[in-house]
Amino acid sequence: MIETRGLRKSFRSRAGRETKTVEAVRGVDLDVPAGEIFGFLGPNGAGKTTTLRMLATLIEPDGGQATIAGADLLKDPGEVRRRIGYVAQGGSTWDESTGREELVLQARMYGIGKAEAQRRAARALEAFQLTEFADRKCKTYSGGQRRRVEIALGIIHEPKIVFLDEPTTGLDPQSRAHMWDEIRRLRTDGMTVFITTHYLDEADALCDRIAIMDHGEVVAEGTPADLKREISGDVVQVGLDATATGEAEKLLDGEEYVNRLELLDEGGLRLFVDEGATAIPRILRRIDSAGLDLKSIELHRPSLDDVFLTKTGRSLRES
Amino acid sequence: MKLARDTWLIFQRQLHLLLRNPVWVFVGVFQPVMYLLLFAPLLKPALGAATQAEAYKIFVPGLLVLLAIFGGLFQGFGLIAELRAGVIERSRVTPVSRLALLLGRSLRDVVSLMAQAVIITLLALLFDLRVFIGDLLLAYLMLALIALMTSAVSYGVALKVKSEDALAPLMNTVAQPVLLLSGILLPLAFAPGWLQGVAKWNPFSWAVDGTRALFNGDIGNDRVWQGLTIIAILAAAGVYWAARQFARSVR
Repeated sequence: MIETRGLRKSFRSRAGRETKTVEAVRGVDLDVPAGEIFGFLGPNGAGKTTTLRMLATLIEPDGGQATIAGADLLKDPGEVRRRIGYVAQGGSTWDESTGREELVLQARMYGIGKAEAQRRAARALEAFQLTEFADRKCKTYSGGQRRRVEIALGIIHEPKIVFLDEPTTGLDPQSRAHMWDEIRRLRTDGMTVFITTHYLDEADALCDRIAIMDHGEVVAEGTPADLKREISGDVVQVGLDATATGEAEKLLDGEEYVNRLELLDEGGLRLFVDEGATAIPRILRRIDSAGLDLKSIELHRPSLDDVFLTKTGRSLRES
Repeated sequence: MKLARDTWLIFQRQLHLLLRNPVWVFVGVFQPVMYLLLFAPLLKPALGAATQAEAYKIFVPGLLVLLAIFGGLFQGFGLIAELRAGVIERSRVTPVSRLALLLGRSLRDVVSLMAQAVIITLLALLFDLRVFIGDLLLAYLMLALIALMTSAVSYGVALKVKSEDALAPLMNTVAQPVLLLSGILLPLAFAPGWLQGVAKWNPFSWAVDGTRALFNGDIGNDRVWQGLTIIAILAAAGVYWAARQFARSVR
């Protein structure tokens, strides 16, 4: 459904008198099959949004190729526009318009006739449980209602693919869960969904496959389960106060059962080990014998954040 | 035909939103009416006009051109709000015509200017202004072309600078010399030679002369077709340039 090869984009930025060329996206290859929810992860500035905007025809790539829903992105962006939907991160509704007006306008901008546009708007309002607010101005909507209108705007012309840029950012937990259901429903309806997110739990729960982007390149791609499996073993998180952290690091860094060791911002260590059950007693003994004050110890399976950490060398949360 | 359909679609939407908030009519007409009531009475003695009606024949066309220039130039602010709300980006991912995105908005501005121009003209009739209807319609065509140009340019600049903070000083800096060099408030006939020489390079001064000639019933005056031609060419160029800004990437 989406196939890209070597998609590139650089921007020129001016700092004082110097012009610098920033390579925002340096050769992205993606293959997204039909009917998937595909997650695109990465820290801010990784090139996620630039890639997404290229795929949605909003900015022209400098090089590379892409076929989207069967249309060539570089040669025929007009045809790509007809086949895709795009929901921007920062919103797209006008305060003074009503939800219904926005939906009818959007359908008509896709060339749909007036009567059919009104039918589709009514249907979309019902599907997204917005009928009650349909004729109120958008400025009166809650964050979640507004986001639902925006998703409905993105799919009013029944595209084959819909791009959602951080669809749940800024929503409260309940609206977020609600939005996940909506996104799953799009897949059930046969749409391919391409979302960017920086919530790893969201990617884990929602996406069939994910790609991780860093410094303008895709550094990992696969199902969340596969990616986590790549990091063998368990993760042991040791809570210590700041002074004890340094000492514990010295004690544990050389231990043969510790594959990798990371410092936590809030104090403490994260240890990647082959088997948590045997490692924990040994870790405890070392800490105890050095007389350090242990605050907590946790054992968990690798999360996507750990995948991210191994692939990019930093935690997504801190970036 | 797609262009006409898309333009009509955007025009309808913009007009609908404008009419939802009719305060604009009062705001738009308030200043020119103040000029008409509080400034125009000074003109009869100042210009040495024989009658009040004669002074209005000189002043009202200038006032209408002023309204067209300023009404157009400041439309960009609304577009920046739309950019910020994501409405423009949402339009740009659809196959809607880029030229229609501009024309629909600019034509709305032309229509709203026309409404204001009619109100001003009707008020001026109360002060004994008399214009032949054919001349008046041609003068309105001039005003429409001016508004089309200034609003298109304003939208184009708004898409380039993307911030009110940059747009406001920019538009004021452009508008002020344009205003002073077009003989809007007082005819440039009073100006010293060097000032008249500079004003010749201001297309709006040709437009003001042409509009004044029309209000004076002097349709055969060369300034009429010259002014219309100059403004029509500039309007076409302005629309072309601004439509390109809509087509290009906008962040």
